[in-house]
Amino acid sequence: MIYFDNSATTKIDPSVLATYDKVATEIWGNPSSLHKMGDRAHQLLEASRKQIADLLGVKQHEIFFTSGGTESNNTAIKGTAFQKREFGKHIITSSVEHASVANAFTSLQNLGYRVTRLPVDKDGRVNVNDLRNAIDSDTTLVSIMGVNNEIGTIQPIEEISDLLSNYPTIQFHVDNVQALGKNIWDKVFTPRVDLTSLSAHKFHAPRGIGVLYKKEGKMLTPLHDGGGQEKGLRSGTENLPAIAGMAKAIRLLLENEPEKAAKEEAIKEKIIDYLQDKPGIKIFSPANAVFAPHILCFSLEGIRGETLVHTLEDQDIYVSTTSACASKTADEASTLVAMRVDDKIATSAIRLSFDETNTLAEADQFIEVFDKIYHHFAKINHLGEN
Amino acid sequence: MIKYTEVMIRYGELSTKGKNRKDFIGRLAGNVTKVLRDFPEIEIHPRHDRMHIVLNGAPFEQIDKRLKKVFGIQTYSPAIKVPRTLKDIEETSLALMQETFKDGMTFKINTKRADHRFEYDTNQLNNLVGDYLYDHMDNLKAEMKHPDLVLRIEVRSDAIYISNQMLHGIGGMPVGTAGKAVMMLSGGIDSPVASYLAMKRGVEIEMVHFFSPPYTTEKALAKAKELTGILANYCGKINFIAVPFAEIQETIKEKIPEGYLMTVQRRFMLQLADRIRAKRGGLAIFNGESVGQVASQTLQSMVAINDVTTTPVIRPVATMDKTEIIDRAEKIGTFDLSIQPFEDCCTIFAPPRPKTKPKLDKARAYEDRLDAEGMIQRAMDSIEVTPIYPNQKFLDDKAQEDKDLL
Repeated sequence: MIYFDNSATTKIDPSVLATYDKVATEIWGNPSSLHKMGDRAHQLLEASRKQIADLLGVKQHEIFFTSGGTESNNTAIKGTAFQKREFGKHIITSSVEHASVANAFTSLQNLGYRVTRLPVDKDGRVNVNDLRNAIDSDTTLVSIMGVNNEIGTIQPIEEISDLLSNYPTIQFHVDNVQALGKNIWDKVFTPRVDLTSLSAHKFHAPRGIGVLYKKEGKMLTPLHDGGGQEKGLRSGTENLPAIAGMAKAIRLLLENEPEKAAKEEAIKEKIIDYLQDKPGIKIFSPANAVFAPHILCFSLEGIRGETLVHTLEDQDIYVSTTSACASKTADEASTLVAMRVDDKIATSAIRLSFDETNTLAEADQFIEVFDKIYHHFAKINHLGEN
Repeated sequence: MIKYTEVMIRYGELSTKGKNRKDFIGRLAGNVTKVLRDFPEIEIHPRHDRMHIVLNGAPFEQIDKRLKKVFGIQTYSPAIKVPRTLKDIEETSLALMQETFKDGMTFKINTKRADHRFEYDTNQLNNLVGDYLYDHMDNLKAEMKHPDLVLRIEVRSDAIYISNQMLHGIGGMPVGTAGKAVMMLSGGIDSPVASYLAMKRGVEIEMVHFFSPPYTTEKALAKAKELTGILANYCGKINFIAVPFAEIQETIKEKIPEGYLMTVQRRFMLQLADRIRAKRGGLAIFNGESVGQVASQTLQSMVAINDVTTTPVIRPVATMDKTEIIDRAEKIGTFDLSIQPFEDCCTIFAPPRPKTKPKLDKARAYEDRLDAEGMIQRAMDSIEVTPIYPNQKFLDDKAQEDKDLL
């Protein structure tokens, strides 16, 4: 089995699961309880928070636990929009965001907010000048992802940060669900970033847990009201087993980060070397500094992405199409469509996403299997015949 | 890295003579033994002029940390024992100097011969070793009056001892030389500092701590014990006496007018401390009161409370400002633990408006309403004594388990 779909989710690490299990069965008090079982749980909760803060180089009280990337994104975006509605109702994002960002903006649009969705270039990158032109006195929020989940583009967060340093009242959110542990963190998490989202199941921790980083002093209107957990920002009994598991997973993820990222990049390069110059194949995520090391998106002309996914699945190789909705309604939510890639090409794209557990041997195996598939379809579609 | 083989300890307050001196040295040896008890390989030889510790392989860096906190040590020097040959003296001297010498420093050699049969006399040795060092090191500069480094070479009949560091101890008197007393330890910032100051003057203290379950938590008790563990670094061991106080507090709450709740509670605490002192052969009571800091610590309150005993009540921090006390607590290492917010028995049942100027006759009259003797006896019957050793942990902080999990 070859699993090249790590941007969808990752396999839980056994030692992370062991932590989850131990906490769930032994430290199961409610962190808010006054008795010693509560105390014990509270201590572990704060130790987890501190570990994550230290690993990310931020303050302990800037780390908030949520149910995952979707909730972190919604809290950051709607929380900012609601909090700052008296100061302005213009909010800005890109046209290549994950659905949890894009649709949060759509909801706000329906509530009467003015939304600007910035266009992208052929690499899927926003242009800082477009952002500069879009900002006006009503702008309260800019939300741009760190690493695109479909093709792996690294957005120019550093340049955007420079621009936004002139607009201190605009809250800057970066969806970094795809970006942690890929040796590019400094590029996507600058000191100007006010809010950022992480999702634990993208790095071998359980589902249903994530982080929202909120810079000291920044205000958000909570979306979940209740018992006042997480300093009132996110009520609800803390998911301590998952939180502890996530804290451990982040520690493991960041150990030897450069080596791991280099390994992923080597796999990506090897497959690109093979795909390069094959008639009918178009690569959207080349191996260069504008793209993350772990995502490779390409299309095979004339074959729908879905078909390719199932063909590879038959050989026990697991990959993704880029965006499920693109094949149905090619009008939004697809990075490739936003890049103005021809509709036919966009629907024939697949995404390979690697992590540090993948090997070069798997890349070789993939190439061997894919080569047969390629020749089969190339023949049918007369690729490279003129 | 040089491996030291011995430590020479020089005593403080050498004015003490005769039997007192013997007691001083005996106590100090006992206290040093206690703080080094987890290094069984160490030998301790107390002598009339200094104490000699043979490390037998124990690491000096760790011994050093412990000795820094023992009262009665003026200065001490780690030394290396070498055979009685010039070659050994020269080589070890060079190694020591190379480790401690920094450019621009001055030095001198100070040879002492306890054994005059040695083949070189003092001056010869000074010159020979000095020449050897000059031959092997650059930028050395001798200075007789105020050198930065003194290389001490001591010739004894069994061997030669070489050292070049003189480290400062904390001085004071060995704990125990001034007799025994009880210390009223609450768990706040002040009483640990008062404990330290009592021990500094040689007083052996036993902690008296009042606890009132279920009004106070187990954590408050554990915190007081852990504070005692920090203070035990300065003497090796401290007995901790826990006194149950809930019955007395409840009775007082029920029967005494609000304005005098605090005064009468304090009178009971002092009586209990005094009973414990008498039972355990103490001579005085120490506490952490600071004049005027809170309602129970005004001079008027002290009059109304101190009334219950003629035993000396000594208040080492009486005239210190809070900031000075905090400063001390940070140096002693008790501050961070002291400020942990667990309710202690001084804060529960604290009336909203305690009298800052209670009247002695009223305090006495109110107290007469109670069965004081019965309550005191019941409390005395339930006291618990726990010996506490340096850095013993009682607050189950689970930090290690957290670390393993994460």
